[in-house]
Amino acid sequence: MSDEPLVLGIETSCDETGVGIVRGRTLLADAVASSVEEHARFGGVVPEVASRAHLEAMVPTIERACETAGIRLRDVDAIAVTSGPGLAGALLVGVAAAKALALGLGKPIYGVNHLASHVAVDQLEHGPLPEPCLAMLVSGGHSSLLRVEDVTSGVQPMGATIDDAAGEAFDKVARLLGLPFPGGPHIDRVAREGSSVYVDFPRGLSSRRDLERHRFDFSFSGLKTAVARWVEARERSGEPVPVADVAASFQEAVCDVLVRKALDAATSEGIEDLLIGGGVAANSRLRAVAEERASKLGIRVRVPRPGLCTDNGAMVAALGAEMVARGRTPSPLDLPADSSLPVTEVLAG
Amino acid sequence: MLLAFDTATPLVAVALHDGEDVVVELTSERPMKHGEQLAPLIASALEQAGLVRQDLTAIAVGVGPGPFTGLRVGLVTARTLGFVLEVPVYGVCSLDVLAVEAASALGTDFVVATDARRKEVYLASYDATGARLDGPVVSKPADVASDLPVVGEGGSLYPDAFPHATGPQRPSAGWLARTVAEELAEIVDPEPLYLRRPDAELPRPPKKVS
Ligand SMILES: [Zn+2]
Repeated sequence: MSDEPLVLGIETSCDETGVGIVRGRTLLADAVASSVEEHARFGGVVPEVASRAHLEAMVPTIERACETAGIRLRDVDAIAVTSGPGLAGALLVGVAAAKALALGLGKPIYGVNHLASHVAVDQLEHGPLPEPCLAMLVSGGHSSLLRVEDVTSGVQPMGATIDDAAGEAFDKVARLLGLPFPGGPHIDRVAREGSSVYVDFPRGLSSRRDLERHRFDFSFSGLKTAVARWVEARERSGEPVPVADVAASFQEAVCDVLVRKALDAATSEGIEDLLIGGGVAANSRLRAVAEERASKLGIRVRVPRPGLCTDNGAMVAALGAEMVARGRTPSPLDLPADSSLPVTEVLAG
Repeated sequence: MLLAFDTATPLVAVALHDGEDVVVELTSERPMKHGEQLAPLIASALEQAGLVRQDLTAIAVGVGPGPFTGLRVGLVTARTLGFVLEVPVYGVCSLDVLAVEAASALGTDFVVATDARRKEVYLASYDATGARLDGPVVSKPADVASDLPVVGEGGSLYPDAFPHATGPQRPSAGWLARTVAEELAEIVDPEPLYLRRPDAELPRPPKKVS
């Protein structure tokens, strides 16, 4: 097989049915069907609703990806699929579809790690990943700092959230402020009109004592509670809640602590490249804070464009193509979906 | 060559039918691991029959009702395989498959009841020829109690409601294949028969923290 393999990737770990097609590091198609609107009225992703939507969207999304890429399925060299971590029932639909493709085409299947895929996707936009690099992945499902030596075989966790994921905090605070789900884009939007220093919200796990045990870990639950208290106190006193200012101050607290810890981790490892991925990486303030502070330390920041930061199939195809190019052994056909697949397991066996 | 499989019970059943009769029939060993076992089982069935994937001309799949996660594995596999092999996919209600198998031996009206968990059954009623009269529904056994012969696991699980348990316990892939090959029951689109809505609660207003 060439070092420019044609790979189809399937992603169903949460509420997006993603099918991406790449040739080596070139993106050919990135078809996504989202069930986010079906979840909005529940204020969060409902696993059974997501699983049902994946089943309905799967074949049409595969079809759409092939059309966009202008390829025939039988020309594909390999199938890649997110085998974890994620919602168990949702993952299962994608893994079963990927196996059916592998079986029907007589091609190998690679069950890959969702988090590593968020890292690999940047290669489609910015070329080969620097090795090593430091990856910060922030979304509704994860907040982690990873040392990436080789995205196909060597990913080491340095820190992670000990409670809520960053994106979850955005959703919960958005709800407090009466903004729609998912909260990230709405907070980002209204925060532009607000003052980021209006309220000095707490930075989780940043005290000297916390840093001893949780230097590279995150905590957003206390921040969310602090916002709730502040809003309630305002409401009790009968004063209006300055939504834009609270959103901006909250967002600043999140971005501050994320960037501070990511840069600390990079510096401590002597790493000069920071990659930010996951849905929250689409946040404009996070990008700005990261770039501003990193440049002072001589650290380069890579952030894929927003469409590639949220969950999609292209990221899975990108990691699959890298697996093929580097000669990794494919996964067996009895590959399980693993909702708690550890980040160190980049390729599921 | 027709490939048939059912994942509407805790086990996975796969069969191949050559137009004359079933040539291979396999059942998984580990319960509930549909996602892990279905594809390898299809591969083994083809191998045992000395066939390759290009020999398949149609796919038959049980559309439930049954546990949702397993059901979806079967349906997404059937739809995707059908798409890539460019062959038609036929769905059959999994209760009908049990009815087709049981009808000739019974010679009377009967009921098919399978385990819906949560102390409920999936149930449908049939005439002596195996044609469905009513259902399928999901219900508490006591609310659909019957003195007729009851085919399927529901009968043996709830003897108080169904004193006359009989016949096959779970739909077999071989009978699913025969049902489609010989059009012995209604052929439907490969859409899942969930019969239950997703468990989802509308959010309450944010909890007070102070
Ligand atoms: Zn993600």
